[in-house]
Amino acid sequence: MDASAHQFKRNVHAQLGNEALQANLRRFGGGFADRRRDAVGRVNDFEVLRDRAAEIRAEVLQNLDHWLLAFEAEAQRRGTHVHWAETGAEANQILLDIARAAGVQRVIKSKSMVSEESGLNVVLGAAGIEVTETDLGEYILQLADEPPSHIIAPAIHKSRDEVSALFAQHHGTPRTRDIPALCEEARQHLRPRFLQADMGVSGGNFLIAQTGSVAIVTNEGNGRMVTTLPRVHVAITGVEKVLPTLDDLAAILRVLPRSATGQDITNYVSLLTGVRDSDASDGPQENHVILVDNGRARLLGGPLHDALRCIRCGACMNHCPVYQNIGGHAYGWVYPGPIGAILTPAFLGLDKALDLPQASTLCAACEVVCPVRIPLPELMRTLREQEMEQGLRPWHERLSIRLWRWLALHPRLYGFASRWGVRALRALAGRDGLLHRLPGLDGWTEGRDMPAPQGQTFRDQWAARQAQQAQTNALLVARRQAAQAGHRHD
Amino acid sequence: MTDARARILERIRAGLGDPARSALPRPQRASAPMARPVDDLLADFQARAESLQSTVAVVSNLAAVPFAVADYLGSLGEAGRNLDQQVVIWPELAALDWMGAAVPAEVRTTRPGDRVGITGAFCAIAETGTLLLHSGADTPSTTSLLPETHICVLPVQRVLERMEQAFDAVLEARGTLPRALNFISGPSRTADIEQTIVIGAHGPRRVHIVLVGAAR
Repeated sequence: MDASAHQFKRNVHAQLGNEALQANLRRFGGGFADRRRDAVGRVNDFEVLRDRAAEIRAEVLQNLDHWLLAFEAEAQRRGTHVHWAETGAEANQILLDIARAAGVQRVIKSKSMVSEESGLNVVLGAAGIEVTETDLGEYILQLADEPPSHIIAPAIHKSRDEVSALFAQHHGTPRTRDIPALCEEARQHLRPRFLQADMGVSGGNFLIAQTGSVAIVTNEGNGRMVTTLPRVHVAITGVEKVLPTLDDLAAILRVLPRSATGQDITNYVSLLTGVRDSDASDGPQENHVILVDNGRARLLGGPLHDALRCIRCGACMNHCPVYQNIGGHAYGWVYPGPIGAILTPAFLGLDKALDLPQASTLCAACEVVCPVRIPLPELMRTLREQEMEQGLRPWHERLSIRLWRWLALHPRLYGFASRWGVRALRALAGRDGLLHRLPGLDGWTEGRDMPAPQGQTFRDQWAARQAQQAQTNALLVARRQAAQAGHRHD
Repeated sequence: MTDARARILERIRAGLGDPARSALPRPQRASAPMARPVDDLLADFQARAESLQSTVAVVSNLAAVPFAVADYLGSLGEAGRNLDQQVVIWPELAALDWMGAAVPAEVRTTRPGDRVGITGAFCAIAETGTLLLHSGADTPSTTSLLPETHICVLPVQRVLERMEQAFDAVLEARGTLPRALNFISGPSRTADIEQTIVIGAHGPRRVHIVLVGAAR
């Protein structure tokens, strides 16, 4: 997928000015957070489940080479072809080769974020192979020729009217505002495609080392169709997605749907192992898994290591005040929200996504809900430090931070500057106590006012409090001494 | 692409440092805590299945199943009428008296026009109200996938507490995993348009469970 993460600010301006998008974000944005809260409320102790999930994912990463090889050996034993791709382009080529060798003309896909990374649909289309996305959200976006704006609700930025307009244009059907009717239309339209396809391409939520299986978690049933009906199935997924055992999958599934859609469990969890039994009437005769690196392996052992625990639930973006205001497209690549602000620079390079780690107030809502306890704010802070160290921030930002540092190392001067700075800000503010413009920080005040500081500075308050405390202490000591003296006299 | 494999593994090992990991044993973890405890296997299974929009009927023995199915189909209105040559069942259910209950059931592979699919289940999970079906010559996956109504005949002895027990039971019974294990929790659904939940996306619109042998 072409990235526009380098022009984040321009993207944000466009999205904040997009009234339709803003209306859609307001209307649909909060639902996930409410549903997650309700689902967690039905659980005995969700924190214990999170601990277990985090432990499993952390343990896997610590021995990733081992578990990948164990998965590979077991999958091969069951007749699955295992391929390794260093980049998205390599993954596309592998898939294209498989399709050509099997004489594939029609591909049906269920959701795969890794295939968004690699831009698979464009490559297959260019090779004359018809690709149909079958997840409803992804299908809508395929018609609209847009990337997803959310990792589990790809078309969350579109209203029913926009969907209806797309369907009218592509299916030649009358417009409707009836959401069930729109879903039914997609069902009727996609059913024949499921039945005619030669190849199914899916993602893989997890790979199970114990059994060589691919686990797929879905609601619509399209994942089952894609992995049951066509004669070839290819799963394409990241190298970090492996779990040691089936029991580990069961434990992870206790947190994934609850964190994602607020369901106790998704409608379908499918565990796919090997090829069709010789006497069976359904299932693919040929089965492949493509393990994609694309920037993941180099994160191991480094400061961003923990980001690879991610199980792609989307809770971080559902709870992020920045994502909720700008939507997913502004982030400019496959993964939006807090996890995207880490993975995009990590996968593409920090210089390609300079502003993403800054796109956070570090409020830590993401960390509070992350089912595998990724320290997201800490990782964003790490990336900010790296930007500063590598001289990637603009000169005025570096200069002002250097100035601040110098000042902070000179406490008297700092106290003096802050006292007079506060007075200056108060003088600059109008009678309403608000600063409508800050010299040099126009970007910040463009969309909001800065309240002028009120009362005394922290340092003045601290000094006053210390003085008062000292006075109180002296009084207490004096009283105790007097009491003890009285005691002795008795 | 063997080179890609070697280079990816090398990159992983470079990041993780060296320890000899090849002989790593499978992790022995204490059994995971359940999300919601199960007090009464059958009651909890039924309540949780119903909360997922499955419907549940209870019969005392297998012979009663075709009649319970006929009742259910009768309750559906148009979706349950005129089903000649559109009801497909798994072979294990062939011996039941479908004719007697006037259910036109046929043992065969599923066709695109089928409107009702009737299956058994390998087991069910009370923690979440979930059915587990696996693929196989006599348990085709399409029967529970293509028809708009899926009816599952489930003996009460097959209701287990949690997913881990289901995995153990499959491995014990078969030694290895079948091609597909499908955990099914209610009818298919989507919320991809305006976050509005719509039942009946690509899979069945209805999942009806006939619990067999419950003495209640």
